[in-house]
Amino acid sequence: MQGLLPLIPLCPLLGCLALIFGQGLMPRRAVPWVGAGSVGLAALLTGMVGGQFLGGSLEPVTVTLWTWLRSGELGPDFALYLDALSLSMLFIVTGVGFLIHVYSAGFMADDPGSARFFAYMNLFVAAMLILVLADNLVLLYLGWEGVGLCSYLLIGFWYQEPANGAAARKAFVTTRVGDTALALGLFLLFTELRTLDIQPLMEAALNHWTSGDPTASLAALLLLGGAVGKSAQLPLQTWLPDAMAGPTPISALIHAATMVTAGVYLIARMHSLFELAPDVLLLVAVVGSVTLLMAGFSALTQTDIKRILAYSTISQIGYMFLALGVGAWPAAVFHLMTHAYFKALLFLGAGAVIHSYHHEHDIFRMGGLRQRLPVAFWSFVFGSAALMALPFTSGYYSKHEILLAAYAGRGGAWLWAGGLFGAMLTGLYSARLLFVAFFGRANTHASEQLGLSMKLPLFVLCGLSLLGGFWVIPLASVFGETAVVPHPPDGIGLISTFAPLVGIAIAAAFYWQRLYSSDNLMASSLGQPLYRLWFSGWGFDWLYARAFVEPFKWFARINQRDGIDGVYRGIAALARAGHAQASAAQNGRLRWYVASLVSGAVLVVALGAWW
Amino acid sequence: MLVLLIAILAVGGLAAWYGERAGPDAPRWIALAAISLVGLLLLPYFGPAVSPTDGAWLSEIYATWIPRFGVGFHLALDGLSLALAVLTVLLGAAAVAASWTEIRDRVGFFHCNLLWTLAGVLGVFLAMDLFLFFVFWEAMIVPMALLIAIWGHEDRTAAAMKFFLFTQLSGLLMLLAMIGLVLLHHRNTGIFTFDYPVLLNAELDGDVARWLMLGFFVAFAVKLPAVPFHTWLPDAHTQAPTGGSVLLAGVLLKTGAYGLLRFVLPLFPEAAAAFAPVAQGLGVASILYGGWLAFGQDDMKRLIAYTSISHMGFVLVGVFAWNEQGIDGAVMTMLAHGISASALFMLAGGLQERIHTRDMRRMGRLWADVPRMGAIALFFSVAALGLPGLGNFVGEFLVLQGGYLVSPVITAIAALGLVVAPVYSLVLMQRVFQGTCLEPHRLSDCGGRELAAFGVLMLATLWLGLYPLPALTVAKWATAPVVELSYSGEDPPP
Repeated sequence: MQGLLPLIPLCPLLGCLALIFGQGLMPRRAVPWVGAGSVGLAALLTGMVGGQFLGGSLEPVTVTLWTWLRSGELGPDFALYLDALSLSMLFIVTGVGFLIHVYSAGFMADDPGSARFFAYMNLFVAAMLILVLADNLVLLYLGWEGVGLCSYLLIGFWYQEPANGAAARKAFVTTRVGDTALALGLFLLFTELRTLDIQPLMEAALNHWTSGDPTASLAALLLLGGAVGKSAQLPLQTWLPDAMAGPTPISALIHAATMVTAGVYLIARMHSLFELAPDVLLLVAVVGSVTLLMAGFSALTQTDIKRILAYSTISQIGYMFLALGVGAWPAAVFHLMTHAYFKALLFLGAGAVIHSYHHEHDIFRMGGLRQRLPVAFWSFVFGSAALMALPFTSGYYSKHEILLAAYAGRGGAWLWAGGLFGAMLTGLYSARLLFVAFFGRANTHASEQLGLSMKLPLFVLCGLSLLGGFWVIPLASVFGETAVVPHPPDGIGLISTFAPLVGIAIAAAFYWQRLYSSDNLMASSLGQPLYRLWFSGWGFDWLYARAFVEPFKWFARINQRDGIDGVYRGIAALARAGHAQASAAQNGRLRWYVASLVSGAVLVVALGAWW
Repeated sequence: MLVLLIAILAVGGLAAWYGERAGPDAPRWIALAAISLVGLLLLPYFGPAVSPTDGAWLSEIYATWIPRFGVGFHLALDGLSLALAVLTVLLGAAAVAASWTEIRDRVGFFHCNLLWTLAGVLGVFLAMDLFLFFVFWEAMIVPMALLIAIWGHEDRTAAAMKFFLFTQLSGLLMLLAMIGLVLLHHRNTGIFTFDYPVLLNAELDGDVARWLMLGFFVAFAVKLPAVPFHTWLPDAHTQAPTGGSVLLAGVLLKTGAYGLLRFVLPLFPEAAAAFAPVAQGLGVASILYGGWLAFGQDDMKRLIAYTSISHMGFVLVGVFAWNEQGIDGAVMTMLAHGISASALFMLAGGLQERIHTRDMRRMGRLWADVPRMGAIALFFSVAALGLPGLGNFVGEFLVLQGGYLVSPVITAIAALGLVVAPVYSLVLMQRVFQGTCLEPHRLSDCGGRELAAFGVLMLATLWLGLYPLPALTVAKWATAPVVELSYSGEDPPP
């Protein structure tokens, strides 16, 4: 097992290098085989390693590859660490990642840049695997930044469109704000505890700090800053909806299943530190619940099929943060896992719609796709069912656990009520999407032309979305047995179960049976500003543009010639002016010279007399 | 042996000048040969046979020169000098490669100046006599200014003048401080000497030490350059030929950082410690102001020049953090930035050679035409923005960690540079290689020579990023005693 573990990130890395250096040499047909094959191999290795690990005693395994750097006591290595938590992430990244790569082989078959596409994708998988396997925080940071870079590259994959580049830069810079907080958290942790290896660090933290220590809280807060950036939570959530500019498989892989959940992973990985900071933990829960509600409202108003799913992703990660905040670590990871299945399914289904329907994104220009796009339709049905947490789907088990934990947790009924209302919203916006795009009058010329490589992943993900809730990696070895949630009264569970049905009923009334008109609602005096607020993502983009982006650009523009250089230019101009004056005086006229001689002499004499 | 290193470059310069008679390619090959020879001569110092104790020279020569004033011809090599000498050789070769097709006029004299600049720089890194150091310091400026003034672009004369004046005036301050230091030492001990190891033990009065330290500091801060002494750099870079930019960004700026480590900290430990917050403040100002200005530029080379200012700000923060992480980080930043900035200047120069403009408003979408150049630019842009796994990250991370140990507030502000860096780096990529372009260009992608040069620089950047341990170890032979000084001088500064 020790020998196989490093091969898991190595496979996609080699795939990436082969694709980069094989450009022009490799036949086009070979590109998807290399791209998907390398991730498939990683998935296979993960299966072997995981089988051995789960069959054993669940003892963590550390593999040190080489010494990275040494500077005083700071000495991070290239070392991998495998426990039940990182194994769960490995399964998601390589398993779902492989399915999305297979799908991409069909989706990107006609794109002239498919080799570049798969190279970036493989690099992403490698970076993500390093992130989840890292034994120390510096190596984790390497993976963390690496996935951010790949996200940037893939959002801006179609680089000739300036809007894509802008979205890509926005994603990178916004998450970099969070990353900077994370880096400062690392500096603080090292300054206090003199190590950045995660396991010794956790032990040192427990020995060094008591619960509620302000330094521990500050460190946890800084790490949370990194997590909200990467996971698109308040206040750094603005980049994710724009990130939909990338090809759809990217949205499935990076912006739904894996990278955006890195923040959840980070907090779960550092759970001992967060437990020392109960106030920050409560903040995590509050951030999660506020985000899940705000994003739910925004999802309700979007018309772009991918933006609906993007806001839905923000909202679902909000649930994970809520779970983390109330200390329900396994529930957070469980929801991370089921979300990866059903959200990947939904994005790939959306990709199938977009692929079959002339790159149309607006759901109101779709309609009646039920018959014409059966595979996409059923993908959406299964995916939405799990997203809405209908009973017996995978999403039901994970979301139910979160709601129960929220009820029992420190925030009590408020957090639970927020989550509950969010569950209703989830039902509402998911059903709205389903009814508008797939039911109603068929007014399209779409025809489903999906190859086997696109259909197969959809089928597998349908199965996982339905049944994935029955297969859980036991996480007690990571989080301890204390994480068991006391049972709330039965009524609470029942209410949680029925919340999404209310949402579906409302959506059916508006968008299926059309008993009420949503247009009237949006036109009303209260509805219109609310609609605009929600549609624009609560105005955060507007605010950040005024507060940060425009002042930054303004100063850069007016100071293009560098005000400081103005001082030196002034000195130079002064010297030139003096030179001009002095040389003008040298005019060759005798009268002028005599006059200046005399006046100079008078001046000197006068000065002397006056003294 | 050490004399030989400098002599090879100096004589090689003359040979290149006269070699032009044998054809335009002869000077290029002569220059490459001379640089490679120096590189070969440096190799043995990395051998396992050499395992120096901290602070001992790897190699040293001493000859009396002007005995009346205690001036000696004292050259010595330690880990820091060695690391920077290797960087000089690497980037010297890159500069020759970058000029291969660009320079067609007076090829011999160009390479003569190039090699003489390298010789001066190498002398700066090796001189252990203050007077000799000053001689090399001045000697490297003249051929560099000529490179700008003769082979530069449209505003070359003014830029060369500005470069010359800034460095000359600041060099004068350094000379005054040197003489002051020597006179004081003479008054206290009766010994007249410019010898660096002797002067290290000079006893200085606090107030005087502060002024002398400032004299050195300003000279090095101009060279680094740090805000507010930075304004010569964008002009010099923009106007210099590609090879000149490579030398300037890659090596000449590093002499400023080297001077801080070699002279300012060890000669004036107390004064420097008291001054550290100001110096770090200037570093932070450079990081943010440089990055901000970089974002606003339309000229591609100007943009890269301002990023240099930003990155050298990290060096200032790290050096004056004055602990192991800070100084290790500063050295790593010097090496990694030397490589990445040089590569970016080579790209800008390569583009200018192809489409005859540096104006990014007239570029765009070039990835479609020159994907290899695009990929290389991407590599070095993300190196510049501090992507982990590449050399610049190691430097900046260690600098900030070192800074945080000393002053969390200053470091938190400096860390904002991490947010600004992707803003300017990615805007560069966008404006040059992505998006749309109004002017269609027809241009050819990198050929074998360019690929080889960039390939070496990319490998070096990866090596510094993934396995920086050897470089850190070598530099630590020299910097460990400097770090120790900070502990001895920890208490007094108010």
